[in-house]
Amino acid sequence: MYPTDLRYTREHEWVRIGADGAAVGITDFAQSQLGDVVFVELPDVGREVKQGEVFGTIESVKAVSELFSPLSGQVIAINDGLSTHPEKVNDKPHETWMIRLRPSAAGEADALLDAAAYEALVKQQEGRSS
Amino acid sequence: MTSSLPTALKKTPLNAKHRSHGARMVEFGGWDMPVSYVGIVEEHLAVRRAAGLFDVSHMGEIEVAGRDALATLQWLTCNDVSKVAVGQAQYSALTTDRGTFIDDLLVYRLHDDHFLLVVNAGNIMKDFEWIASRARARGGDAAVVNSSSRYALLALQGPRSQEILQTLTGIDLAAIAYYHFAVGEVAGIRATVSRTGYTGEDGFEIFIPPALAARAWDAILAAGRDAGACPCGLGARDTLRLEAAMRLCGSDMDEDTSVLEAGLGWIVGWKKDNFVGAERLREQKASGLTRKLAAFEMKDRAIARHGHAVMNGATQIGMVTSGTQTPFLKKAIGFAMVPAEFAVVGSALDIDVRGRRASAEVVAEPFYKRPKGN
Repeated sequence: MYPTDLRYTREHEWVRIGADGAAVGITDFAQSQLGDVVFVELPDVGREVKQGEVFGTIESVKAVSELFSPLSGQVIAINDGLSTHPEKVNDKPHETWMIRLRPSAAGEADALLDAAAYEALVKQQEGRSS
Repeated sequence: MTSSLPTALKKTPLNAKHRSHGARMVEFGGWDMPVSYVGIVEEHLAVRRAAGLFDVSHMGEIEVAGRDALATLQWLTCNDVSKVAVGQAQYSALTTDRGTFIDDLLVYRLHDDHFLLVVNAGNIMKDFEWIASRARARGGDAAVVNSSSRYALLALQGPRSQEILQTLTGIDLAAIAYYHFAVGEVAGIRATVSRTGYTGEDGFEIFIPPALAARAWDAILAAGRDAGACPCGLGARDTLRLEAAMRLCGSDMDEDTSVLEAGLGWIVGWKKDNFVGAERLREQKASGLTRKLAAFEMKDRAIARHGHAVMNGATQIGMVTSGTQTPFLKKAIGFAMVPAEFAVVGSALDIDVRGRRASAEVVAEPFYKRPKGN
């Protein structure tokens, strides 16, 4: 269910670290909890964010949630396609990135969850919400 | 999303059904209710295009009966109940002496001297006590009964509602006009069927005994499957009603909002005798309003929500009372209570959306009007 090449936050973001920077999105669990995503507000390219800092907001028909950056770094790209097709977050959450970062602090990724640990967290929260 | 369910939440007779269907449940007005089954957008669109079935059994029913029932309701509600024939329903409000809302409600005339009020879930006890205590104080012959637990209420809404429901009932649905009702059977269950709703579409609300609610629910969904009918939750109910510019009591108006400020002057029976709040409403009508509910559409890419401030420079001048991105119109829309001079079509509103200013424009109501013939 949760790809093993991603790292996860406890706030349900994922990060995929590659040669072209660190891509950030939200997890399948997060999108299912939000419901139909209708709006994603992203930062300007060039902004510096810290690990755990709010970098944007995501809105479903019903709710608004903040997006927390999994890593510190500079925003080097945003996914413009989401302004016209925010529903991609629901359709393909683990492939739909929101921002790309150039990480600025080595080692931060170690504090994130791997797929197995994240899946355990989701199981625990699903148990609590039903 | 991580809150655990307090055990005190009330449950409709269909609660187990919702849970077995995998509905996402939320607390609403003290009730454990489905917010959506498959997704608010899909459910919303099903109602606009085909049909959707809602469990609205959380709504309250209060009956007023007796020789003085009409006079009691003429006194306590702002609309003119004398215009309601047996078999007809009327949108109205229970008003304070300031002409503000205790609640909004539907008044059904079951018989000459017998009325059924359908009130908001969170206000059942407040409304009942308000009505009962005033009926008692007036004296006369008017019994007031909270009969909420005796009714389950289903709403089948959407352009294909009539053809779906007609397969299950001997009642001639085509003969029921808007805001009228008939008594008969639906799926073999004794039912009162009214052509009313809270979605801006054609549709019916069906009062049935709670013990048979699950059977009626299944029968209606089965009858509607080929037409594209699906179960819907309160999420779609909220976006549908807002698209149709219908107010939500407790959100768009409350005990500090007058009926006129809410833009509901059309539910005031100006010609009837005195009623609670009449004096204040007449004054307001004569002297003009200082503030009014305005329908708006966002111009900037942002969604204004309930509680966001409407600004004029650095000063807050109003508040958003409802706001969402609507699935059918695909626009961000809402209501805001603003100074009367801003509540005119074309007026620009500056809204503080979580610290960022976004502009909106006041537009004519409703946002959505169903095509003729539907």
